[in-house]
Amino acid sequence: MSSSTPVLELRGINKSFGVAHVLHDVDLKIYPGQVTALVGDNGAGKSTLVKTVAGIYLPDTGSYIFDGEPVAVHGPKEASSLGIEIVYQDLALCENLDIVENMFLGRESRHGIVLDETTMEAKAREALTSLSVRTVKSVRQSVSSLSGGQRQTVAIAKSVLWNSKVVLLDEPTAALGVAQTRQVLDLVRRLADSGVGVLLISHNLTDVFEVADRITALYLGRVAADVSAKDVTSRQVVELITTGQSSDLGGAAALTTV
Amino acid sequence: MTDTITEAEQAGFASDMTQSTTLGQSVRAYANRVRGGDMGALPSILGLIALFVVFWLANDKFLSYLNMANLITQAGPIVILAMALVPVLLLGEIDLSAGVAGGVAACVMGVLIVKHGQPWGIAVLAAVVTGAVIGLVIGLLVAKLGIPSFVVTLAFFLGLQGVTLKLIGEGGSVRVNQEVIYGIANKNVDPTLGWIAAAVIIAGFAALSLLRQRRKVAHGLQHQPLAVVVAQIVALAIVILGVTFVLNQNRSRNPNFPIEGVPWVLPLIAVLLIGWTFALGRTSWGRHVYAVGGNAEAARRAGINVDRIRISVFMACSAMAALSLIVQASVSGKVSTSSGGGNALLYAVGAAVIGGTSLFGGKGKARDAVIGGLVVATIANGLGLLNQASYINFVVTGGVLLLAASVDAISRRRRSASGLG
Repeated sequence: MSSSTPVLELRGINKSFGVAHVLHDVDLKIYPGQVTALVGDNGAGKSTLVKTVAGIYLPDTGSYIFDGEPVAVHGPKEASSLGIEIVYQDLALCENLDIVENMFLGRESRHGIVLDETTMEAKAREALTSLSVRTVKSVRQSVSSLSGGQRQTVAIAKSVLWNSKVVLLDEPTAALGVAQTRQVLDLVRRLADSGVGVLLISHNLTDVFEVADRITALYLGRVAADVSAKDVTSRQVVELITTGQSSDLGGAAALTTV
Repeated sequence: MTDTITEAEQAGFASDMTQSTTLGQSVRAYANRVRGGDMGALPSILGLIALFVVFWLANDKFLSYLNMANLITQAGPIVILAMALVPVLLLGEIDLSAGVAGGVAACVMGVLIVKHGQPWGIAVLAAVVTGAVIGLVIGLLVAKLGIPSFVVTLAFFLGLQGVTLKLIGEGGSVRVNQEVIYGIANKNVDPTLGWIAAAVIIAGFAALSLLRQRRKVAHGLQHQPLAVVVAQIVALAIVILGVTFVLNQNRSRNPNFPIEGVPWVLPLIAVLLIGWTFALGRTSWGRHVYAVGGNAEAARRAGINVDRIRISVFMACSAMAALSLIVQASVSGKVSTSSGGGNALLYAVGAAVIGGTSLFGGKGKARDAVIGGLVVATIANGLGLLNQASYINFVVTGGVLLLAASVDAISRRRRSASGLG
């Protein structure tokens, strides 16, 4: 299922805020059909990197390559028009609206000026069905009546609806219980299996090893390792996160070690 | 998935299409929603019925044809001002200046008609534009500078009263005796035309509801059972035909001069109600207003221009307020320096909240303004008939508003506890 060319690639990204040099020559590759996990301690630069991918920050130097073509992304709208969808940790759903209304928020289907509820409801149901979502009782349910896992599901399904090529998931399981975490991880896997390039930002190494194909570890703004998930152990990844290197991680895996 | 998927779970997603298929089930679902705190217009309708019963028992003139027509004209300005405020309240904002902004706009209309001899159409247009411009400035200050709307509109509430004074002079007033403007509150629709209009509205509503129902069934979308749709149509028909019947009776005390027919203000309210219901419920703009009121950050991330929504809502509010004060000018026959000042705005906010619009934003409908406005007007009308001192009116209206706000706060808590919208 691995594909040789990344759908999204960042090369040599540097980003400073005043005197704080947050990202140093960071390389990031997201492959279609794979889950790439981005791990790192607080302050390692994960959110800065995500915001760079999202187009919220412009890198100082480095190139942004999408589908093999260098592009400049100035703002979240340009990122989403490329097919990059970000599912934020704090969800960004409107509780007073229902599932369909949330999934189409800002991109409603219309006949002239009248909302086309028929198309929207049918498409929303199709997107949820394609992800085998069974936990939602009705697509016309208000989001305030959904559990945390169901809300995460709706947010992820939104990216399927818009045929995204890259989906960034920021700590999707952070606030969830065991069963809901299970559901969301299954969903992440199905999303990748449908050909989407998924970037999973997570603190939870159990989750990471559960679904990730590749692991990119950040340490103090540098890439400590970019490895295949099956080549490393949980202990090695902890070492990478906390010290930036792993003593017994040899060969190609440690290429970019500090 | 784990291998413990039950039949029900597997079928889970298809089940929503045929949810609540029978009348009994949907009645039960509605009862559950009410118990869970999602009461909608129910408390205000029950309150309105209670008020009617109390005032009818206290004074047999209350339900007379004449008084019912008076009630409609009295309610007109409050209802329209409340309707102006609904979108602002949906954003979770407040516009304290809507009344006086409408007052300034009505002054502009009065001055244009009386002093400059302009036709009424141009004068009304100028008034609405005046309102929209005031709303634009308020919206810019709220959205772009980030000043709380409470403060911005409080400043406008004070400042615009000065503008009205300047426009028509200290203590003065502009008499509005232009035929069309005066006629809004004081002339009636021909009874035959009234019946025809009532029939057209009912037929239109019935056709739209049934068509929508059929389309939903055809596309396998979630829909209400046919019985509920029919019940809604019948309920609306009873209300419209009942009101038309009452207002089409001769209510004159003088047998030589019959007064009959629906006051023109009622069709005006009907048009505004239909327009606002459409704008809020069936357009992207309306959807975005609810979204910004529910979670402004989520709306921004979804690509909605939050500032533009805020500004447009304040513009629409002040422009609608202009219409409200034009109707007020028609009721009182003049525009005075106190137009839209005093309690007018607070009554309108009260009306919207009594009708079921939440002060917390994100929940409310245009029809709330109509029901709530009727409640407020009924209290004033009924107590007036009972020759009560005016202090009682203030106390009772204040009490009802407090009651409505408590219902809003409590039902909101229940909603979040039971997870309903």
